[in-house]
Amino acid sequence: MKALDIRKHGSLIGLLILTIIITSMNPNFLSTTNLLNVLLQVSVNALISFGMLFVILTGGIDLSVGAILALSSAITADLIVQGYPPFVAMGAGLLCGAIFGVVNGLVITKGKIQPFIATLATMTIFRGLTLVYTNGNPISGLSPEETVFSFVGKGDILSIPVPVIIFLIVFTILMFVLGKTTFGRYTYAIGGNEDATKLAGINVDRVKIMIYTLSGLLAALAGIILTSRLDSAQSTAGVGYELDAIAAVVLGGTSLAGGRGRITGTLIGILILGVINNGLNMLDVSSFYQNVVKGSVILLAILLDRKDK
Amino acid sequence: MKIEMKSISKSFYGVQVLKKVDFTLENAEIHALMGENGAGKSTLLKILTGVYKRDEGTILVDGVEKVYNHPIEAEKDGIVFIHQELNILPNLTVLENLFLGKEIKNSLGVINKKKMEEKAKTALKTLNVNFPLDMLAGELSVGKQQMIEIAKALLVDAKLIIMDEPTAALTEQETSLLFNVIRDLQAKGVSFIYISHRMEEIFEVCDVISILRDGVHVMNKKISETDFDEVVRSMVGREIGDRFPKLTNTPEENSRLEVENLTKKGLFENVSFYVKKGEILGVSGLMGAGRTELAHAIFGSLKYDSGTTKINGEKVKIKSPIDAKNHGIAFITEDRKSEGLILDFSIEDNILLADANHLSKFGVLKQSNIEKRVNELIKKINIKTNTSKQPVKSLSGGNQQKVVFAKWLQTKPDILILDEPTRGVDVGAKKEIYNIIIDLASQGVSVILISSDLPEVISLSNRVMVMHEGKIGGILQKEDATQENIMKIATGGN
Ligand SMILES: Nc1ncnc2c1ncn2[C@@H]1O[C@H](COP(=O)(O)OP(=O)(O)OP(=O)(O)O)[C@@H](O)[C@H]1O
Ligand SMILES: [Mg+2]
Repeated sequence: MKALDIRKHGSLIGLLILTIIITSMNPNFLSTTNLLNVLLQVSVNALISFGMLFVILTGGIDLSVGAILALSSAITADLIVQGYPPFVAMGAGLLCGAIFGVVNGLVITKGKIQPFIATLATMTIFRGLTLVYTNGNPISGLSPEETVFSFVGKGDILSIPVPVIIFLIVFTILMFVLGKTTFGRYTYAIGGNEDATKLAGINVDRVKIMIYTLSGLLAALAGIILTSRLDSAQSTAGVGYELDAIAAVVLGGTSLAGGRGRITGTLIGILILGVINNGLNMLDVSSFYQNVVKGSVILLAILLDRKDK
Repeated sequence: MKIEMKSISKSFYGVQVLKKVDFTLENAEIHALMGENGAGKSTLLKILTGVYKRDEGTILVDGVEKVYNHPIEAEKDGIVFIHQELNILPNLTVLENLFLGKEIKNSLGVINKKKMEEKAKTALKTLNVNFPLDMLAGELSVGKQQMIEIAKALLVDAKLIIMDEPTAALTEQETSLLFNVIRDLQAKGVSFIYISHRMEEIFEVCDVISILRDGVHVMNKKISETDFDEVVRSMVGREIGDRFPKLTNTPEENSRLEVENLTKKGLFENVSFYVKKGEILGVSGLMGAGRTELAHAIFGSLKYDSGTTKINGEKVKIKSPIDAKNHGIAFITEDRKSEGLILDFSIEDNILLADANHLSKFGVLKQSNIEKRVNELIKKINIKTNTSKQPVKSLSGGNQQKVVFAKWLQTKPDILILDEPTRGVDVGAKKEIYNIIIDLASQGVSVILISSDLPEVISLSNRVMVMHEGKIGGILQKEDATQENIMKIATGGN
């Protein structure tokens, strides 16, 4: 029974151990301010990771999320600079993200191209379009005064940062979707056995397109939050974010082969990455070493996971 | 090879599935191991070969105590296990599958393909099957894949061959071929443990029979000293009466499904037939006659070249399983592992899959309804489990098949296509499934029953359609549907 628990909660135990180590070296780590800070820092990656989780559960992968983030944030920022109301600008950004996701979904299902290849290509295209759109220049000077737009990234409610509230709401909704809806069940089913799912009369293509759309939409939402926090949109924003998201999903115990995994696991994966970043910063570890540590933790987690099976 | 297993026990997650089982196999003996689905047959033999660890007991092989920790160790001693669930790798060729892990190499480690091909050809010839060695195994039907598994055993110098339902996917002809091979090997001193739910086979080929019931060894006799009724009684623990229930359905005048000139080059040609409301149409034929492919074409999961389908007299276009489902068609495929089930899913989630819409509201699952419905189904077709949350991959083979059945039953179809629906299902449960099929037909459901089990098709069908090499050889009325007539048409005679 005990062994079973460790397997189930392996990543949670890992998170606790990390927390204990870092706290013992710097007790400030556990202060409310710092913990909220950790949550704020992970919020962008969290949103992307949740979308990535759905994609990976179907046995797919979405490499284009970082590029979608950049392109939709450029569009949002540009519209704001042009004087459109923040709601319109943000709505347009989200819509674009969703459309890019639909494109991914169509290429993968109707074009029958493997997700890795398909999104590798669209990643390059979206990143290129961002450069075309921005001419390679940052778009800044977005919110000289307080607007809804600046609130999204920098505001807080009851001293909880708005990005944290957003990602926790998204988390709750998606947890419900995965656990309690037909859509969630189909997501797992496709990853478990796509042929059998098709033969059960389920529109597998439609479910997949919806999932890539969700992934694109969440990447755009992450992009808007990031842009609001930084007060500017960069054409290089989000480079490598897809890898962080994949890392978080895998750390959370989801199999890259699809069919198995939980969103709570992904949340823990996200927190592990966030705690490592934040903790190493607090301990004044050079950022060069931080990547080494992060990569090693990912490897270690996966090795442990394998051993359990 | 002589095997003595003494006082073997095994539990999974606190549920004891083998209770102090003693099992003895003599040299050059063909020993039948029978029992209901979930009785523990596969588990016992997996313990013998080191797939599972036993909780207690000892195993003697030719008088010497042995503990195998891995099937490879058992194979080194000449014990070959042909598993119930096929272990074919679909992306490798037939040849690669045959020699997986046992490739013939020269001293430099280079694979000697010529030699492997020669050996493979001989083995396939012994089994009288013939398919290209460089074909991808995944493109072969389940029956042919089964033949590869058997050929694998021939390639090793086996002293004991364990066959866990080897004939589930085979037709009568291939089965009798297999029996010849078994007898030949027996004459050379090879022992066999033979698991099957096909009664006739046991009496035809086995010398001794052991029966497990709920993990207890309840009978061990010479086959000549027992009979069909006694075997069934010991397996089930009660009388089940006639093996096949009476056909009580009366087909209506109108045809529900009409298929005209359906053609897919190389698979089937100009297939035309109809099924009436409330009728059971049996479909018989040899392996490779195109029955499964025809079913897939009707269900929209195989693109065909030409032909039309009508439902209730109206032309319909069924291009995908989604369309099929919308037209009230359900399809229980022959290959439960790759087409019928999501092995990681629970019983409940698998059953739910084909009909989630009726068990949900605005896409949100109605958990209490689901549980009620699923538990009803589990009871109705007697799936052996403690909880509907059990992953299907940990169910016994026959119980997995029942889950596939339950999944489609749940959709309340008008047209039910069954491809080998009782494969691997025990006698008692078979009868339950037969009762359900007849019941459905009595309520007006049109059933297409594809089966290689001749007594089954004959007893259960209002008419029998016999296919031969992709064409309809003939459609027999109930009174003409005898074993001889069917085989004659199936083999191409007139
Ligand atoms: N890996 C496993 N984990 C949990 N339970 C298992 C596992 N393997 C088998 N069981 C359970 O053990 C029991 C015996 O299963 P087994 O496969 O030996 O039955 P069987 O006699 O071979 O049945 P069948 O005729 O259907 O193949 C079943 O109740 C099954 O659910
Ligand atoms: Mg079995």
